[in-house]
Amino acid sequence: MEQGEITAFIGPSGCGKSTALRCLNRMNDLVRGFRFDGHVHFRGKDIYHRSVDPVAVRRYIGMVFQQPNPFAMSIYNNVAFGLRLNRVKDDIPERVERALRGAALWDEVKDKLKNSGLSLSGGQQQRLCIARAIATEPTVLLMDEPCSALDPIATRRIEELMTELKEKYTIAVVTHNLQQAQRVADKTAFMYVDTTQGGRTGYLVEYEDTNRLFQDPKEEFTKQYIRGEFS
Amino acid sequence: MAISLEGDVPSDSVASPPSTFDISWDRTFRGLTRFFSWMTIFLVLYILYEIAGKAFPAVQEFGLSFVTGTTWDANRGEFGVFPEIWGTLYSSLLALAIGGFFGISIAIFLTQDFLPPRLELVFKNIVELLAAIPSVVYGLWGIYVVIPAMRPTANWVHEHLGWIPFFKTSLSGPGMLPAALVLSIMVLPTISAVSRDALSSVPHKLKEAAFGLGATRWEAILGVILPTSATGIFGALVLGFGRALGETMALAMLVGNSNQVSLSLFSPANTLAALLANNFPEAGQQEEGVLMYAALILMAITLLVNLVGTAIMNRASSHLSGEVK
Ligand SMILES: Nc1ncnc2c1ncn2[C@@H]1O[C@H](COP(=O)(O)OP(=O)(O)OP(=O)(O)O)[C@@H](O)[C@H]1O
Ligand SMILES: [Mg+2]
Repeated sequence: MEQGEITAFIGPSGCGKSTALRCLNRMNDLVRGFRFDGHVHFRGKDIYHRSVDPVAVRRYIGMVFQQPNPFAMSIYNNVAFGLRLNRVKDDIPERVERALRGAALWDEVKDKLKNSGLSLSGGQQQRLCIARAIATEPTVLLMDEPCSALDPIATRRIEELMTELKEKYTIAVVTHNLQQAQRVADKTAFMYVDTTQGGRTGYLVEYEDTNRLFQDPKEEFTKQYIRGEFS
Repeated sequence: MAISLEGDVPSDSVASPPSTFDISWDRTFRGLTRFFSWMTIFLVLYILYEIAGKAFPAVQEFGLSFVTGTTWDANRGEFGVFPEIWGTLYSSLLALAIGGFFGISIAIFLTQDFLPPRLELVFKNIVELLAAIPSVVYGLWGIYVVIPAMRPTANWVHEHLGWIPFFKTSLSGPGMLPAALVLSIMVLPTISAVSRDALSSVPHKLKEAAFGLGATRWEAILGVILPTSATGIFGALVLGFGRALGETMALAMLVGNSNQVSLSLFSPANTLAALLANNFPEAGQQEEGVLMYAALILMAITLLVNLVGTAIMNRASSHLSGEVK
């Protein structure tokens, strides 16, 4: 994945997109029985090297999860949480506001920042989680279906946000929405469960420039998928 | 009579309304559960009524001076339970502080993946086994093991730090600190089991959110997991406190049964429950009523603790889950 680009992961449900994405910031280290082979390089260093602290990895590589998971605390504190972890002292309120604006949530919550994050609707919670992840301005942002609970307008706003963010950050996004991948992604990876060889999950079929992948896919599976012939 | 929803077009649907048997069984079941819930409420009220009735002459005779008085002399007909109220609260608070600290620590240790699952289970069962030890055994253990073991240290502390009110007296045998210590072990299983439930009901996705932002394990525990389960943990403390307030046997054996109001941890003291247990066998007619009055006060204290605790928990949980402000 190139710096300053958006990479999309597409593929049928259960093919291992989330799992692949979570490997990129060592979230899967929390899963019992997880085993990882290979390397993930970030700034020239292997993040799976023995001497690399997974906590540090996650400070630079932020994540928005598939299911909204705001903390049971106020909206303000949700967004400020990461800032406090990073010992940010200055202009926390400004940073919180900027993050909430970025996630297209500011106007809806600016008068009730003290309310619990859990009092928001599902889509608002999703945007709150996006705000929380971008508040610390991590270098890389991993987004697992960030728009799955959003209406078309908020979705557009998040897509705009991604395009803005990619000036400074690198983004990897999982999406079920092929149009969205076409709209925002520079590169697209198509993943699939390979049932022919005893079911290999998380199998990368094709990885290409988005335009080329959608216009002229090389693999038969990819062709079928983007034509909508299987889910 | 229920309106039939049956259509007139024949179809293959197997959907049908509940049979008369289903309906009557449902009614019986509901009736039974309602009956038993009312029974418990009735039972509580009945006990309260009986005790209040027996205590009534004493309440009339002594009034509030019973609560503030500090002597208990059946021969002269002088009765006051202020030292017992003090001792009950003091010993329970001490036990709550010690047992709460260790109970919550154990709960964190057993839920936050510090141990492999199998060891977690072993530890959990060991802690819960503490609850199975009869309280008279705790009392014996306190008398023959804890007090002798504590005395040298306690008396050394008294000699060197005697100017601090907590160490004002020496420990000559039974006393506040051994009683509170044993009591804290007795409330430990309650506190740790209930807090463990609270901690493990924190959704996994919240932990992930914390770790995903780059929190260390302790930052996640202190910043997210503990605050999220705070209501449940508070409930654990309330339960533990309630248990400590009413504990009788071990305290009657360990606290010293002496009517004193002292901050000193080493001084003998008394509690309401211990007072009741020690005095009822030889109580005459008048003292019986007085004991009932003391029982009423003990019940009032535990009831108050539970009510306040529940109220705080309700407020906290509605605050956590949403709009209320
Ligand atoms: N490389 C892999 N090796 C073994 N198991 C895997 C691998 N990748 C994914 N899995 C397993 O496959 C299942 C589904 O994976 P995952 O949640 O990543 O799917 P997904 O593509 O995100 O699905 P959805 O689109 O429904 O969110 C999980 O149980 C996961 O453990
Ligand atoms: Mg997924």
